[in-house]
Amino acid sequence: MPLKLEIVTPEARIYSDEVDTVVLPGYEGEMGVLPAHSNLVTTLVPGELRITKGGKTIELAVGEGLVEVTGSVTRILTDAAIDSEKIDEKAAEEAIARAKKALETLKPGEQQEEVAAAMAAIQRATIHLNIKRKRRTI
Amino acid sequence: MPSTRDIRRRIKSVKNTAQITKAMQLVAAAKMKKAQDQASHGRAYAEMLNKVLVNLKVHAEEGIHPFFAEGKGDKTLVLLIASDKGLCGALNTNLFKKLLNTQIEGEVEYVTIGRKSVQAINRLRRTLLADFPIKDPAKFAEVRAVSRFIQDKYRTGEYKKVLAVFNNFINTVTILPSVEQLLPVNPVTLGGKRDFGHEITPAAAATLEYKFEPSAQVVFETVLPQYVNDTVYQMVLESRASEHSSRMVAMKNATDNAKQMIKDLSLEYNKLRQAAITNELLEITTAKMALE
Repeated sequence: MPLKLEIVTPEARIYSDEVDTVVLPGYEGEMGVLPAHSNLVTTLVPGELRITKGGKTIELAVGEGLVEVTGSVTRILTDAAIDSEKIDEKAAEEAIARAKKALETLKPGEQQEEVAAAMAAIQRATIHLNIKRKRRTI
Repeated sequence: MPSTRDIRRRIKSVKNTAQITKAMQLVAAAKMKKAQDQASHGRAYAEMLNKVLVNLKVHAEEGIHPFFAEGKGDKTLVLLIASDKGLCGALNTNLFKKLLNTQIEGEVEYVTIGRKSVQAINRLRRTLLADFPIKDPAKFAEVRAVSRFIQDKYRTGEYKKVLAVFNNFINTVTILPSVEQLLPVNPVTLGGKRDFGHEITPAAAATLEYKFEPSAQVVFETVLPQYVNDTVYQMVLESRASEHSSRMVAMKNATDNAKQMIKDLSLEYNKLRQAAITNELLEITTAKMALE
């Protein structure tokens, strides 16, 4: 029984294919999904998602979202998903610097939305960097 | 009978109008492309989120989240999404007609997006709670404010349900004014036909057991507000794509009509001119013949 994986973001349908296994960053830690997994719903936290298909592994950096697992289909809805090979290290570093600067100018307790947005940007960029650098050391 | 000078003046004025409508058509066409892309890209995500939640709704224990059940009150909140500007054919008129033909029980209160919808609500003397101006192209952060307002209102329990009235974009010439239920969570059609290919019937779904990590409450509490945000955003995108397409088509028709009018007027003008020349020639020949 194959496992069908669908990943969609607000911008596009990133992935839709049958895979052997997928490892995703769930709310309670990294979680592997194999075919015929029991039905499960969980939230996705920003992190690294690995898809294995025919011995090949694809790594994606994902954002927050929702995961629905049924026996045959795994649906992942996330606000961002980017292939690790397409991550731009320099852009990620710049994003961190920019967000940190923004955090300094914002006063604590005020403009909570902006603070949250900056924090999220730092988190996202850090994950991108981690995934990219990990690959290089291997 | 108009003189040749009158006709010349009319041709000139029609030509000017044609120039303006042509320019508007080109502007609308450029915006249309962008708006259509935006709407079609977001659709997959919004649809799937809706699908997943509709499936989960069956399993949700009663009272697990307010967004899964009708509110206690008997009021209805309607989100009306229309365009800011006119000159887009019958787009807004059709939408308002659809709204008026929809039977809604109990007291109805409105939240609007777009200047045309505010005007309509005021003209109809309905209760307007809030109006949100949203720029073009629509930004997610702006739409989130609308969505948050609606959610806060719904959480008070005064409203039985929240409906959204907007234009569904199917293709450039087909636009479908729609009324969809936003809350409680319900199947929503966004843009054209809905692929519910692997939809599970409620009966079959009830036999499926889901495990929630860490708990159903936490999952729903994070996902449902996002769902409302995203669905409202997608609805705005659909409306915007419809607006620009409709305007493009309206302006193209206007330009074509103006061109046809210029053609007709030119023909009339030439006929008149020729008649005048023939007349003059006749006079000259008669005068000459009289002299001989």
